[in-house]
Amino acid sequence: MSSSTPASGTESARPDFESLSVEAASVVTQRTAWQRVKANVSARIGGGVITLLVLISLLAPWLGTVDPSLFDPASRDLRPGEVGEITTLEGETLKHRFLMGSDSFGRDIHSRVIYGTQVSLIVGVATAVLALTLGVVLGLLSGYVRWLDGILMRVMDGLMAIPAILIAIALVAMWRGSLLTVVVAIAIPEIPRVTRLVRSLVLSIREEPYVEAAISLGTPTWKIMGRHILPNTVAPLVVQGTFICASGILTEAILSFLGVGLPPDIPTWGNVMAEGRAQFNQYPHNIFFPGIFLALTVLAVNILGDGLRDTLDPKMAKRG
Amino acid sequence: MLSFLFRRLLATLPVLGVVAVLVFLMLRLTPGDPAAVLAGDQATTEQIAMIRANLGLDRSIPEQFVIWLGHLLQGDLGQSYYYKLPVTELIAQRLEPTLSLAVVTITLAVLIAVPLGVVAAWRFGGWLDRGVMAFSVMGFSVPVFVSAYLLIWLVSLKLGWLPVQGYKRLSEGLGPWLYHLTLPAITLSLIYIALIARVTRASVLETLGEDYIRTARAKGLPEVLVLRRHALANAAVPIITVIGIGVALLIGGVVVTESVYAIPGLGRLTVDAVLARDFPTVQGVILLFSFVYVLVNLLVDLSYVFFDPRIRY
Repeated sequence: MSSSTPASGTESARPDFESLSVEAASVVTQRTAWQRVKANVSARIGGGVITLLVLISLLAPWLGTVDPSLFDPASRDLRPGEVGEITTLEGETLKHRFLMGSDSFGRDIHSRVIYGTQVSLIVGVATAVLALTLGVVLGLLSGYVRWLDGILMRVMDGLMAIPAILIAIALVAMWRGSLLTVVVAIAIPEIPRVTRLVRSLVLSIREEPYVEAAISLGTPTWKIMGRHILPNTVAPLVVQGTFICASGILTEAILSFLGVGLPPDIPTWGNVMAEGRAQFNQYPHNIFFPGIFLALTVLAVNILGDGLRDTLDPKMAKRG
Repeated sequence: MLSFLFRRLLATLPVLGVVAVLVFLMLRLTPGDPAAVLAGDQATTEQIAMIRANLGLDRSIPEQFVIWLGHLLQGDLGQSYYYKLPVTELIAQRLEPTLSLAVVTITLAVLIAVPLGVVAAWRFGGWLDRGVMAFSVMGFSVPVFVSAYLLIWLVSLKLGWLPVQGYKRLSEGLGPWLYHLTLPAITLSLIYIALIARVTRASVLETLGEDYIRTARAKGLPEVLVLRRHALANAAVPIITVIGIGVALLIGGVVVTESVYAIPGLGRLTVDAVLARDFPTVQGVILLFSFVYVLVNLLVDLSYVFFDPRIRY
């Protein structure tokens, strides 16, 4: 920090240009950005709930759960809180309290919901990372390669004209559901928005005097991208990524619920809810518990996104 | 105006063209042989080859595309593998429930969301405003199928006011039609209300700061008229825009809502066709939905002229 303050003492009245480098300046702004985020109520609430969910998914084996794939015909359709028995893979029969009841196979909903947290968080983060990565690459290409721009943007227009959920459903159905295909299928319809965002940022940053200066000094394009363009896209992309994460979690649940997502043996909230559909009249908790987790997670991620947008990306916040 | 209409229509053509290419490639460049699916498990290699030749699947991809596009332009979406019907006929059968659901939902959403957004902006910072904003964040986050089951549980199972599932055609009477449609429409409208209310609030908030609002108030115009004639009227363009953009959300919601409420519409058809790996039907429905989405947004663009006379094309 001392390097960025004006040189003290009398021996050197000249500012120390070497240490006033880009790195030092960016460290300062990052700190203040982080402090601003920390002070934001939305970011705090959203971040807090998400931290809790991450802890839940990490500590899943110790939260009164059993293997989520275990079932016991003797413990079918238990109400929340009832005690039943469950047989482990080794053939051992244990007494188990079914905190959220059991489904029609005699599986523990609580365990499935808790382990489902892992799946949802992984899908959300992976979708965001994939969509952002591809979107950044395409956006940079589009902003820098003139002849590609027209083609890429037309493809993106077309992609945006197809409702996202339909693309995801069709792709998963064609590829058969697995974690990878679901993530890719959910990420693809999110790419155009990222691409457009990055492209518009590139086009505006390119005209900034400091970029012109760099160009006139003969700085190679890749270096300008890495040093000047990309750092400026970080804040809007973090915000965008948060919203993609939320919609990724939501879309995965919808796909699984419709029976076109992850295979039914994987404990996901959507799958648990899909299995609970048939008996909803008698046992609504089969749908409500995973539903509450799902809604709460998406809500938390969205609130965090709102907070990040307000603090990191004030221009976007004004746009509403 | 006419030349604008022409240019705007012309501009949608590339988009629709790209959509057609994407939809075609999406389903053709994926692993799995439709002919094998169609032939079933017991088919011999010769039978599969014959089906493939019949469907034209033995030609090259560009050839297939040209043939497919030719049919498409003549309004022929092909034959459903699963239902053994022309896809256009299949879509026609399923159109009414979806259209009904969409119309009732949009009407409901606009009637609720616009006043809500205006009042929230009017009482900016107050409890009503905060309530509307909180609801709008919730509306985005609570998935359609979760709110669907909550509503079914509360309204249908506990209170017994509305049916749990099913659909009655309009030809069976307005009463039964609306009776079966109310709960699905409420479910589906929640997210739409959240979206429209949020934009209405932001847009009206902006106009409320204008000088003409102060003038209107100063000349003693009743507050209701100030809000309706001056604030809302000038805030209309973003609201109309978001109603158009929201149609994409609506289409996604239709797929889920129809599944939960067992409504035999296009959304349900999409899911059934996907599960049956019925490619022509999936293609047809996606094309139709995308076409509608592009068309709605074209109409939205054109409607600006009515909502903002300053805009001239």
